[in-house]
Amino acid sequence: MKAKTTLSSFNPSGWETVYNIVLISEGSFSAQMEPRREATVWIGGEAGEGIASAGDVFVKTAARLGLGAFAHNSYQSVIRGGEVLLQIQTGPHPVLSHGGDWDFLIALNQSVLDLHLRSARPNSVALFNADSVKPPDSPTAAALAGIPVTHLISDLSKNPVMQNTVLLGAMMHLLNLPWDVFESAVCDQFGKRRTDLADLNVGIARRGWDYAEKNLPPRPHIALAGDGKRRIVITGNQAAGLGALAGGCKFYSAYPMTPASSIMHWLAPRAARHGMIMKQAEDELAAINMAIGAGYAGVRAMVGTSGGGFALMTEAVGLAGMIEAPVVAILSQRAGPSTGLATKTEQGDLFQALGASQGDYPKAVLAALDPVDAYYTVIEAHNLAEKYQMPVIVMMDLYLSERTVIVDPESMNPHVPIERGEIVNEAVEGEYLRYRETPSGVSPRALPGAPGGMHVAPSDEHNEQGVLVSDWYTNPTQRTRMVEKRMRKMAGVGRDTAERAFLCEGPEDAELTVVGWGSTHGVLEDARRALADAGHSVRLVQFRTLWPFPAAGALPILQAARRIVCVENNYGGQLARLIRQETGVSIPYAVRKYDGEPFSAGPLAQALEICLRPSAPAVQTLISAELDIPVRFE
Amino acid sequence: MSAAGDYRSRVRRTWCPGCGDYGVLNALQNALAALNLERRNLVVVSGIGCSSDLPHFLNVYGIHTLHGRALPVAQGIKMANKDLTVVVTGGDGDGYGIGAGHFLHAMRRNLDITYIVMDNRIYGLTTGQASPTSDRGHKTKSTPAGNPECALNPLALAVAGGATFVGRGFSGEPVHLAAVMKRAIAHKGFSLVDVFSPCVTWNKVNTYDSYRPLILKLETENHNPADRDAALRQALREDKLPIGVFYEIDEPTFEAEEPSLQGEPLAGRKLGLSDEEWSALMGEFA
Repeated sequence: MKAKTTLSSFNPSGWETVYNIVLISEGSFSAQMEPRREATVWIGGEAGEGIASAGDVFVKTAARLGLGAFAHNSYQSVIRGGEVLLQIQTGPHPVLSHGGDWDFLIALNQSVLDLHLRSARPNSVALFNADSVKPPDSPTAAALAGIPVTHLISDLSKNPVMQNTVLLGAMMHLLNLPWDVFESAVCDQFGKRRTDLADLNVGIARRGWDYAEKNLPPRPHIALAGDGKRRIVITGNQAAGLGALAGGCKFYSAYPMTPASSIMHWLAPRAARHGMIMKQAEDELAAINMAIGAGYAGVRAMVGTSGGGFALMTEAVGLAGMIEAPVVAILSQRAGPSTGLATKTEQGDLFQALGASQGDYPKAVLAALDPVDAYYTVIEAHNLAEKYQMPVIVMMDLYLSERTVIVDPESMNPHVPIERGEIVNEAVEGEYLRYRETPSGVSPRALPGAPGGMHVAPSDEHNEQGVLVSDWYTNPTQRTRMVEKRMRKMAGVGRDTAERAFLCEGPEDAELTVVGWGSTHGVLEDARRALADAGHSVRLVQFRTLWPFPAAGALPILQAARRIVCVENNYGGQLARLIRQETGVSIPYAVRKYDGEPFSAGPLAQALEICLRPSAPAVQTLISAELDIPVRFE
Repeated sequence: MSAAGDYRSRVRRTWCPGCGDYGVLNALQNALAALNLERRNLVVVSGIGCSSDLPHFLNVYGIHTLHGRALPVAQGIKMANKDLTVVVTGGDGDGYGIGAGHFLHAMRRNLDITYIVMDNRIYGLTTGQASPTSDRGHKTKSTPAGNPECALNPLALAVAGGATFVGRGFSGEPVHLAAVMKRAIAHKGFSLVDVFSPCVTWNKVNTYDSYRPLILKLETENHNPADRDAALRQALREDKLPIGVFYEIDEPTFEAEEPSLQGEPLAGRKLGLSDEEWSALMGEFA
């Protein structure tokens, strides 16, 4: 028996729910209009049907042509099957978000075509294998390009997965991209291990290309034009891993957990070559405790996990705070709580990061905005962790960790400052006090091996020497002074992170000030520009430092703002609450999304436009368009 | 040459008079002295519990970590600087209860560290609850009707679990214990030394007097520590409680096997990427 469910939207504010169906940043295409310089491509199918490789080839081709691209993969927690949709926007560099509805759809099976035809933009083309996918009976907005894949490639391959390369070849022709650049990307994608596989895929791609040339009408309404500069293709997690290497991290330990695992996967084959170890631990408890041990021994150390794993790590985050050992934790959020949506994005762990571990202790919480920013944020986190001998949490999320983007290689500087803080390497004269009270709160650190620096670093409260105060007599003055010594470090962290605390875009006297944090920077900037194009003045304030909260810097901006809306990928408005707690400013409007998908620029701009109206709702909840897919029962 | 007293710190020892842990501390100092280990290259790591106070009583490097987490911290230290001698000390609740998962994986990982467990078969610092090594039927504060669970056998577990050195000692036999510890620290690979270390305050069952008639020195048994089956047999004995080296084999350590740890210790390596390394990485992304 098949059961079919329809999910109704729940809107706690009682205000109108805005669905992901209207794009306000574009007009309908007409023959008189200039060709568009950007395009959105969707590649959909089941896991295992070759979506990622087709997407990689497409983005690589764009990178070699001087185009920008931004890919977001919406997938499920299964290895085979499930509904997977890779959304790629390309256009002039840089592309800041994954786009809206599609111009080109590569449908690798029937369900993809049936489900996504309604998201077609004007003048769009859906490409599919005519041998296995049936076009719909009713008229569609998109041109339908059913390609006889089996017949076209029967002499080259009988492998059904090859259809992705045929359809990609046809699409590349319709996009008027140069064959030789596309060919080189196919070769690189498939020829890493076997050249015969590269040749086969090039041959198959060419069949699709030639078919489009002969049989499909050209699409002059899209004219992609790169600037000719070759750029690189990188994901958020790769950039974080690269930041670890460049920032002198020598120890990475982790337990597999989406969406942080790909940091592990990227580092593992490269670690030994760059003088680092990537250690998979038996659980997250071991991962962070190992990293703290490595940090104590003088090695820059980092862990990476998602919310559930970070929950297991939190006691040790406090240990690092207490024994004043440096450690960096990347917290790549996914939709929670508990196992939640294992392959979906959310910004729901801010309070978890801020509240990690029991007791008062110093820590820093940074958020990365995009892959390039993740590179620098990881480096900065290591500098702060060592300089202030404390845990530093780097907030990412699935939308940032797993996005693939084209970036300028020069945007990441390999020659970054490495600040190790005060370390005692030489013989210590007189009595060494590991936790010496200093005006900055930072006590020079002796690393094992240093003569004269012997001490015990205790998780119990202790005195300047590291001797426990809890065992014989709990000296209240000593306890107070040690708490204050550790917390004094926060002033230094505040100074060091003030400059990076937030980014502002747009005029100071804007009609609307939009506040966000972390990974939503690109999509918010896209929405801001769309509103600016529509004649609205909007300012974006995007937070990168969350703790210590940059209240002194943010307060005047918030006070001067004419109308403020806080945009967050969560239910409860965690940043808005933090801002109220730290500045007293209560942000009256909110746009939120907690359906597992990231914001898209079009609906987001529409929601922000609603915020400009006199009777704007306090909270708008955005929900991505629901697909007509029944719950799976046998 | 070092003397045992060289390793003593000035910190007042806070164990109850008669506690078995004094014997363990003294034996450890003697073992360190016998090996003539340099204090600055020694790190002693503990968890939480009475016995985990031990690092404070030594004047070497140390971390007194969280409950159950001494082994991962110690492994992180050893991976970061393989030139250090790393000794982990703790109790049965810490290592076989809350930290049991780490115990299993530390054994099969076989880093060159030594794990000394002061096994008093009770939770002492929390005032007398059943521990993983409390016998079935043992009446404690948390098991007033008698412990319904069987006791964990750490030695059998270690022999089966990949430890490359498995030994046991008794606080009441400090000279013998120091000899076992000395061999354990000298051994290349993960070494477990489980020590019967009576809690004189909270455990009235597993006392010095209860142990003495059962203790049997393996040296008198013509036992071959390279024989895994024999080691298991000795570990599982119930008629007697053997002490000594049950099992010792020569297997490659993690440090020897892991490509990232070849050459200079991580702690001594240059930080950051050279221009050549950077270009190669950028090439991968192109």
